[in-house]
Amino acid sequence: MSTLKPLFASLLLIASSACAFAASEADYKAAYAAAEAANKEAGKLRNQWTTTASTLAAAKKAADAGDFDKAIEASKEAEALAKASIYQATSEKQLWKDLEIR
Amino acid sequence: MRPAIHIVSAAFALAMLALTPPATAAEKIDPVADAKAFQKFFTDKFPKLKPEDFVTGPYSMNEDLHRQWVEKEQFPPYEFSLEMGKEMFSTPFKNGKSYEDCFPNKGIGIRQNYPYFDDKEGKVITLELALNRCREANGEPPLSYVKDEMAALTAYMAYTSRGKPFDIKIPNDPRALEAYQQGKEYFYTRRGQFNFSCATCHVQSPGERIRAEVLAPGLGILNAMPIYRSEWSGMGTTSRRFTTCNSQIRGVPLNPQDDEYRNLEYYLSYVSNGLPISGPGARP
Amino acid sequence: MASTIRVRATSSGDTTEVQALIQHPMDSGFVKDAKGEIIPAHFIQQLTFEYDGKPVFVADWGGGVSKDPYVKFAFKGGKKGDDLKVSWVDNKGATDTTTAKIV
Repeated sequence: MSTLKPLFASLLLIASSACAFAASEADYKAAYAAAEAANKEAGKLRNQWTTTASTLAAAKKAADAGDFDKAIEASKEAEALAKASIYQATSEKQLWKDLEIR
Repeated sequence: MRPAIHIVSAAFALAMLALTPPATAAEKIDPVADAKAFQKFFTDKFPKLKPEDFVTGPYSMNEDLHRQWVEKEQFPPYEFSLEMGKEMFSTPFKNGKSYEDCFPNKGIGIRQNYPYFDDKEGKVITLELALNRCREANGEPPLSYVKDEMAALTAYMAYTSRGKPFDIKIPNDPRALEAYQQGKEYFYTRRGQFNFSCATCHVQSPGERIRAEVLAPGLGILNAMPIYRSEWSGMGTTSRRFTTCNSQIRGVPLNPQDDEYRNLEYYLSYVSNGLPISGPGARP
Repeated sequence: MASTIRVRATSSGDTTEVQALIQHPMDSGFVKDAKGEIIPAHFIQQLTFEYDGKPVFVADWGGGVSKDPYVKFAFKGGKKGDDLKVSWVDNKGATDTTTAKIV
């Protein structure tokens, strides 16, 4: 009975880490999709940032290499950049007047 | 009791509505007033300069640079591109026609009229766009808007207009006025991760430095186009400058000659009306 | 074929000032093209200005000189109407030469 415990424990550990691995890839795909969608929105507003594109590329690269933690981090950053560019485009619709020579 | 309160609040709401200015009241688009204010802003800021001095961009902003530029103009770096442009312009298309068949006055001395508003199409036509349309109408492939050939062609056409004042027309057509207004808005709108607008550099900081470069004033900024930039080791079109400016502030550039850029060129050219064409130019 | 050398030489007093603009790609051999391949080195190695059969200015260049180089210098001597000969040789063995009158 007692000899089974460590075996059971290690089996559990392997199973849980395998689950965590699979969840990471799905999490990455979700995070990447969200970032891409936001960037596409920015594109409709004709205001994408070059850094959004490069961060998305970095996310994909990390995912291809199997580093989903890094890929998720980059995806979230790309989404934040894309959202900032959307905010910029929307607010500038009014704010441009502040710079205008009158 | 209740209905009375309702009536009072409704009346109050109506009164408030009457007091606030209409939310979407369109400000009258007034290019004449804009151009006047634009020119006054820069001539006030740099009282020692004559209006025509503004077309030399950074060189009028800095004495040392000016001296170097005067020397350089004796043997300008754009000479080779200009020669290539002249040759291209006078070489017939495969169908026997040539560029002179597409333009008024055979394409000589007309650069100062571009961009113009085409009322049939309802859009702004720039010189670069007109050149490619001429090519396509005569069975030739269009040129890239950001490479040497288009730069050489526009260099030659600008050269034939040297000294002629910008003469951009905005017809009393709501579409033309709207295009002009879009161009103006683009100029002042901040974009890119660096959150710069064209005005950030060319209205707020002319004569000051961005990294090692001296910034040109917005007034007369297109008069010297196309330009040989030492940074590019070559000649570049207006399209090239607009797109690279965008990427420099970390904004993904639009396609060359997209509506936004053509409208921007329309606005910038119009507010520099009266200033002489100095193209092709040389810049750091 | 048009010469790659534009030169202007002006004499004033006992000095002649020379300006020249030379058309040449001056590829250093370190730059990659859009495909990621190195653009091979192609630059002027020697530029010579001769007056009265003698060199008055010789430049030994490498890939560090930019495209379409511009040169300006002055030398003692030179009279209006005399010839100034300019020639260059590049790393591929190509050459060009031109002669201009001092004004």
